[in-house]
Amino acid sequence: MRPLALIAVNVFRESVRDKVLYNLVAFALLLIGASYLIGQLTAGQDVKIIKDLGLAATSIFGLFIAIFIGIGLVSKEVEKRSIYSLLSKPITRPQLLLGKYAGLLLTLAVNLAVMAIALYAVLAYMSWGASAGLVASWERPATDPLLLRAFFLTFVELAFVTAIALFFSTFSTPLLSAALTFGFFIAGRFSADLRNFDQAVSSRVAASIARVLYWVLPNLTSFDVRSQVVHGQPVTAGYITLTTAYGAIYIAALLMAATVIFSRRDFK
Amino acid sequence: MVLIGTAASLQAVREVRYPPPPVTAESLYLTSGKTARRLALGYTALAADLYWIRAIQYFGGRRMLFEQATGSQPPAAETDFELLYPLLDVTTSLDARFNIAYRFGSIFLAEAPPGGAGRPDLAIALLEKGLRERPDKWEYMQDIGFVHYWWRHDYQAAATWFDKASRVPGAPWFLRSLSAVTLAEGGDRQASRTMWLAIRQSAEIDWLKEDADRRLEQLDVLDLIDGVQRAVDIARPRTGKLTTWPELIRAGVLRGVPLDPAGVPLDIDNDGHVHLSVKSRLYPLPSQLQDTDRSRQP
Repeated sequence: MRPLALIAVNVFRESVRDKVLYNLVAFALLLIGASYLIGQLTAGQDVKIIKDLGLAATSIFGLFIAIFIGIGLVSKEVEKRSIYSLLSKPITRPQLLLGKYAGLLLTLAVNLAVMAIALYAVLAYMSWGASAGLVASWERPATDPLLLRAFFLTFVELAFVTAIALFFSTFSTPLLSAALTFGFFIAGRFSADLRNFDQAVSSRVAASIARVLYWVLPNLTSFDVRSQVVHGQPVTAGYITLTTAYGAIYIAALLMAATVIFSRRDFK
Repeated sequence: MVLIGTAASLQAVREVRYPPPPVTAESLYLTSGKTARRLALGYTALAADLYWIRAIQYFGGRRMLFEQATGSQPPAAETDFELLYPLLDVTTSLDARFNIAYRFGSIFLAEAPPGGAGRPDLAIALLEKGLRERPDKWEYMQDIGFVHYWWRHDYQAAATWFDKASRVPGAPWFLRSLSAVTLAEGGDRQASRTMWLAIRQSAEIDWLKEDADRRLEQLDVLDLIDGVQRAVDIARPRTGKLTTWPELIRAGVLRGVPLDPAGVPLDIDNDGHVHLSVKSRLYPLPSQLQDTDRSRQP
C-alpha cells in the first residue's frame, strides 16, 4: 500500500510542477469575467448562467486534464526510459499503474475542490448585492449545497475518463490513446441515441448491435446532473449511489484490464 | 507586448482604410433544437445560455435600430424579428426548464411591431411548449391569458386561461377574480388597469414589474390623449382650425404642451387628432383599447 501512496503523491507533485493547477487561475478569471459581462447581457439570469458556466467549465477543464495527463502516465515513463529504474525498485507493475491512477485522481480532486470553492465564492458575491425581489425569483439559492452533488458526479465521471485514458495508454501511442479516449467520451455522451436506435432504423440486426453497444460502452450521460441541480430538480442519494457504483465497477474493470496488459508488456 | 501593440495598431489602420462590412445578416447557426442538443455533448444548459444571450442581443439590437430611426417609422426590414422565435425555440429545446426564456420570450414575441415581433401566436406556442415540460406552471397559463387579452383581444380565451391558472395549487388569489373581470369587462381600460396592477404585484422579476409599469403608463397616456382630444374637439368649433400646440396654448385651450409620462410631447395632426409620438418609449399604444374608449366618447 505504501509504494502505491508514494507513487500517487509523486504524480500529484509532478502535476503541480508541470503547472497543471494553473488551469485554476484560468477558471477563476473565466468566472469573474463572466459574472461581470453576463450581468449586462442576460436579463436577470446571471446566477443561473454562472452556475451553468461554472459546472460546465469544471467538467471541461477536468476532462482535458484527465485525457492529456492520463494518456501520459505510462507513455512518458516509457519514452524517458525511466520505467526501467522504476521497475527495478520494489514496486510491482500493478502498484505502479494504480499509484499513477490514484495520483491523477488526487490532482483532479484538488482541482475540483478549488473550482467548487471559487464558484461558491463568485455566487456568494452575486447574491450579496442582489435585491430581495431578484433573490425571490431564483429557482434555488445562489450558494445552493445541491451543486455539490453535480461536482461529485463530475468527479466520478472524470475518474471514469481517466481510467479509459490509462487503459489505452498501456498499449498504444499517446496520440492514439487521446483519440480513442475522446471517442469513448463522445460515445458515452451519445449513449441515449444507441438505446433508442431501434426507433431510427428498420434493421433488427443493426438495432440489436446498437443495443449491445449501449450496454457495453460507458454511459456517461448518467453522470450529468448539472441541469437538474441548477433547476432544483431532485437528484436523490439513491441515484447518486447507483451511478457511483456503476462507475466504480466499470473503472475497476478498466483498471484490471490495464493491469493485465501492462503486466505482460515487454519494455525491451 | 510591443509587437502585439503594433499588430493591433496596424489592424486599426487597415479598418480605417478598408472598413469591414457591417453585420447585416444574422444567422441562426443551428435551426434544430435536437441537433443543437447533440452537438452540445451534454453541455446543453451552457449552450442554452449562449442561445438565450443571442436571443436577447438580437431582440435588443433590432429594437435599438428602431430607436435610432427617430422621427418616422423605420423600414420594415429593420424591425423584422424573423429569427427571434427560432432562437427562443432552440434555447428552450436545449434547456426545457429555462423559465425566463419562456416568459420574456413570449413578451418579446407578442409585443406589436416595431417594439416586438407582433406574433402573439408564436408567443402562445412558446408558452405551450413550456407547459408541456411543466404542466404545473400557472405563470405560463397566466402569460397565455395575457397574450390573448392584450394582443389578440380574445377575452373569452383569456378568461379561460386565467381560470385554468387559478386552479393550479399555489396560484395567487387574484387570478380567479381576474378571470371573472375579463369575462365581464374584457377590453375595458379599467379592467386592463386592474390586470396590470395584479401582474405588477405578483411579478417575480424586476423586468416583468417594469413591463407592467410601462403598460400602466400606456393606459395613463390613453386617458391623457382622451382628455386633450376632448379639449381640442370642444375648442375647434369656437376658435376655428387649430392644429398646433402653440396655437392651442395661445387660444387658452391648453396651459402648455401636453407631455406623455415619458416626457415626450404628444403629436397633433392637421385634422386635429391627438396621438402619442413615435419617439416616445411608450409607442405603440394598444390599439384596441384606444379604439374602444374613443368609440365611447360623446
